[in-house]
Amino acid sequence: MIRFENVSKVYARGARPALDQVSVDVERGEFVFLVGASGSGKSTFLSLVLREQRPTRGRVYVAGRDVANLSGWRVPTLRRQLGVVFQDFRLLQNKTVHENVAFALQVIGKPRHVIRDTVPEVLDMVGLAGKGKRMPTELSGGEQQRAAIARAIVNRPQILLADEPTGNLDPTTSLGIMRLLDRINRTGTTVIMATHDDEIVNEMRRRVVELSDGVVVRDEARGGYGEREAILPDVGASPVLDAPGSGTRAPVQTVRGS
Amino acid sequence: MRFQFVLGEVVSGLRRNTTMVVAVVLVTFVSLTFVGAAALLQAQIGKLKDDWYDLVEVSVFLCPEGSVSPTCATGEATDDQIDAVRQVIDTELSSQVSKVYFESKQQAFEAFSERYPDGYQGTQLTADDMQASLRLKLTDAEQFAVVSDVLSGRDGVEIVEDQRAVFEPLFRTLNVATLLAAGLAGVMLLAAVLLITTTIRLSAVSRRKETEIMRLVGASNLFIQLPFLLEGALAAVLGSLLAGGGLWLAVRFMVSDWLERSVDWVAYVSEVDVFRVAPLLVVMAVALAALSSFFMLNRYTRI
Repeated sequence: MIRFENVSKVYARGARPALDQVSVDVERGEFVFLVGASGSGKSTFLSLVLREQRPTRGRVYVAGRDVANLSGWRVPTLRRQLGVVFQDFRLLQNKTVHENVAFALQVIGKPRHVIRDTVPEVLDMVGLAGKGKRMPTELSGGEQQRAAIARAIVNRPQILLADEPTGNLDPTTSLGIMRLLDRINRTGTTVIMATHDDEIVNEMRRRVVELSDGVVVRDEARGGYGEREAILPDVGASPVLDAPGSGTRAPVQTVRGS
Repeated sequence: MRFQFVLGEVVSGLRRNTTMVVAVVLVTFVSLTFVGAAALLQAQIGKLKDDWYDLVEVSVFLCPEGSVSPTCATGEATDDQIDAVRQVIDTELSSQVSKVYFESKQQAFEAFSERYPDGYQGTQLTADDMQASLRLKLTDAEQFAVVSDVLSGRDGVEIVEDQRAVFEPLFRTLNVATLLAAGLAGVMLLAAVLLITTTIRLSAVSRRKETEIMRLVGASNLFIQLPFLLEGALAAVLGSLLAGGGLWLAVRFMVSDWLERSVDWVAYVSEVDVFRVAPLLVVMAVALAALSSFFMLNRYTRI
């Protein structure tokens, strides 16, 4: 469904590449976690799939198309097969939930009766039945993300990209969102989710692709989040926070009186 | 569906940017009024020139019936007299005159009827009220004095007229006015383009979120840009319509009602000319908006 062949992306000439010789193959219907520290290349990966960027080198195939060489006027056709969800939901604040979801269909020219039938169905599926008339500000974070997911899948995309969809949500709410994404995945939609949330990754036991400095360092079929660094390095009893880097007691400064 | 949706976007965009849109309307209004004024001034020059003006420098009017001029004592110029005059032109003035046209009374009448289809000052004239003439093109326009000396006072010649001496100063004034109007129009048009550009940019920025969502869900370029295009075009067209209206009022009340009554021997531009110019103004407005949109949209709403 998605294939990266030796893909490199360099944003500025001479800069360190955001992606470096990345090769990943995602099958139809897979659920893939994309993990790694900030700046490891997760967002670049997603934006290459969306054709917001073109790779500097290598080839990107999405749903059978060579995305890198896709001409500009065909990009909309590609994006109609993709759904995207973000950490910050990106709902239009001046529209109701129903209007937000309908908007995605209106702007690609779907006829009114299709919109009238599909939108409530999708809202129902994501657990927002009866909340179509609410404004986004009247919803909780989890509900807003559900609305955003509804908007992303209302056109029945083959692929759903989620960029840290649980990043702004508490663990319980996140769990609900993950169940929803899992359900969407079970209907045959390929899901790629970039995340920092180790608990979720560890619990779901799905394929994990880990990026570090633009390189794939791990690609496991049923992986966990991977090792986390301890928050406090083990340096014994010395008060490291007072004297960064030394591990020894800071010299006592004498205050000169006048 | 699509149409209604786009229309809704346009209306909401216009409402959000009311002050800017009003500014665009006013600036296009003023600039296109100048453009229209320049066009009408040129139309006025065209009306003042008769068919011969650009062709010849000297008109030799031949004696009509009942002329009091001493050279016309024998009455209307006869063919023999005309031939004699032509003979003189061909021999004595061969180096000064490069071309000779003969306009008969009938031809003069046809040309006249074309300029004044409703008759002149309320009287219906016939071919017999016209005057036959020889129209001369000179090798050098400055040679009028020589030509006039040779031809004046000959039998059958009523008067020799340097056409340009009569109208040239007037035309010069009108041409300067045209240049002035066109210059101002140029400056204002530039202002209009900049203003439309800014308006579209503001509109694009204020709708950044919508545009971003549209891009992500795969709306086509045209669909994303159409509301902006229409907004600019609508404002500009409104301005051009105002300009047309302004020109119409000016011609109606200043020219038709006032000038034509005070100085009535001149053919003036009329409301018909305004209707001829107005569509051009609308076309210009659309082109203006399209031009500015083209620049803006490629920068602000690219996929």
